[in-house]
Amino acid sequence: MALDKPYLDIPGTIIFDAEQARKGYHLNQFCMSLMKAANRERFKADERAYLDEWPMTEEQKQAVLARDLNWCIRTGGNIYFLAKIGATDGKSFQQMAGSMTGMTEEEYREMMIKGGRSPEGNRYLGEDGDAQAHRQPQGYSHHAQAKEM
Amino acid sequence: MAYISASVYTSHVPAIGAALDQGRTQEPYWQPLFAGYEFSKQWMQEAKPDVIILVYNDHATAFSLQMIPTFAIGTAAEFRPADEGWGPRPVPMVQGHPELASHIAQSVILKDFDLTIVNEMDVDHGLTVPLSLMCGQPEAWPCPVIPFAVNVVQYPVPRGQRCFQLGQAIHRALDEYDEDLNVQIWGTGGMTHQLQGPRAGLINKQWDSNFLDKLIEDPSAVAAIPHIEYVREAGSEGIELVMWLIARGAMSDVAGGAKPKVRHRFYHVPASNTAVGHLILENAH
Repeated sequence: MALDKPYLDIPGTIIFDAEQARKGYHLNQFCMSLMKAANRERFKADERAYLDEWPMTEEQKQAVLARDLNWCIRTGGNIYFLAKIGATDGKSFQQMAGSMTGMTEEEYREMMIKGGRSPEGNRYLGEDGDAQAHRQPQGYSHHAQAKEM
Repeated sequence: MAYISASVYTSHVPAIGAALDQGRTQEPYWQPLFAGYEFSKQWMQEAKPDVIILVYNDHATAFSLQMIPTFAIGTAAEFRPADEGWGPRPVPMVQGHPELASHIAQSVILKDFDLTIVNEMDVDHGLTVPLSLMCGQPEAWPCPVIPFAVNVVQYPVPRGQRCFQLGQAIHRALDEYDEDLNVQIWGTGGMTHQLQGPRAGLINKQWDSNFLDKLIEDPSAVAAIPHIEYVREAGSEGIELVMWLIARGAMSDVAGGAKPKVRHRFYHVPASNTAVGHLILENAH
């Protein structure tokens, strides 16, 4: 009998469960190492070399180098751990969260000031809210992409 | 006998700590939020607790993925504010209460709540931001604090029902304590927020408002809320709200006493990515 995972049908959301934690163990422990100033310096001096000290997958390393937090999360990262990379880069939590939506920093900040993202259409996969896969990326970059097409 | 005089509930957003530490509380963005805690700081000065049991979660600070205790009680004499990557917050050391903390551990473990006992740990914004909101920026915190950490990082976090029952067990543990102590219990974290993925920034004011109403009037109904409702309605990080149930479970009405008095209720959107909720409930004593 499989475990019940009722949270797999929520759009734009990956729950950090035992399976994700197992996949992301070394990725997250690498992030944790950035809590020490000396490690932050070594990472900044040569990111690739520092990452190679960790038994992470190549994909996880690429995701970190690209600072693509959605990609990091898909490969087992957890946001509280990934935040250590953001801290190393001098980014706030809001900048990090916003980066996962495709919105610019200003657009995301403005959305929050206006009361945040509505749950309407964003509770189940297949609805039409702004967090659904077919509406990514969000914000200006989405319109820019649509124009190019 | 030690007794719970009141419970306090508040969000613990790191950006709130940064705004305080950098003297930005009067900026238009932050002013309405801090205004909501003016009453609370006054109230704290009058309430004069002897000890605060502070339920919070560690955010990959003291606990990495190496060990993930579901419930951990800090039994040390003091706890240092942690460096979370931005440098430690310039706030006082947290003095513990080893005698009461060890007593609670012994009492509730025998009631089948298998706590992890922590004799050394740094405390992150989950613990220090609520202290700052309620106490301002003093030279020393007004009383000893027992850190009570709950895993809400790796799913599954403890069920709301279990947290509510743990609060009841803590209430009974205090009944068994010889010294007269005025104890407050704080539940922190929440309210609705999601920090990850394309759904980041989710806020559900209606759900939060219902949660606050029900937490006051009918906490056992809140305890029955399943995880999936938190995740779907309150965001993947909104599930921190299960921690509020530990504080609520420790109130007298749950043990057959009188209903608590609502001294303060406040709600504000946004603080960074998060809906901030705050309640003060007082037991009749």
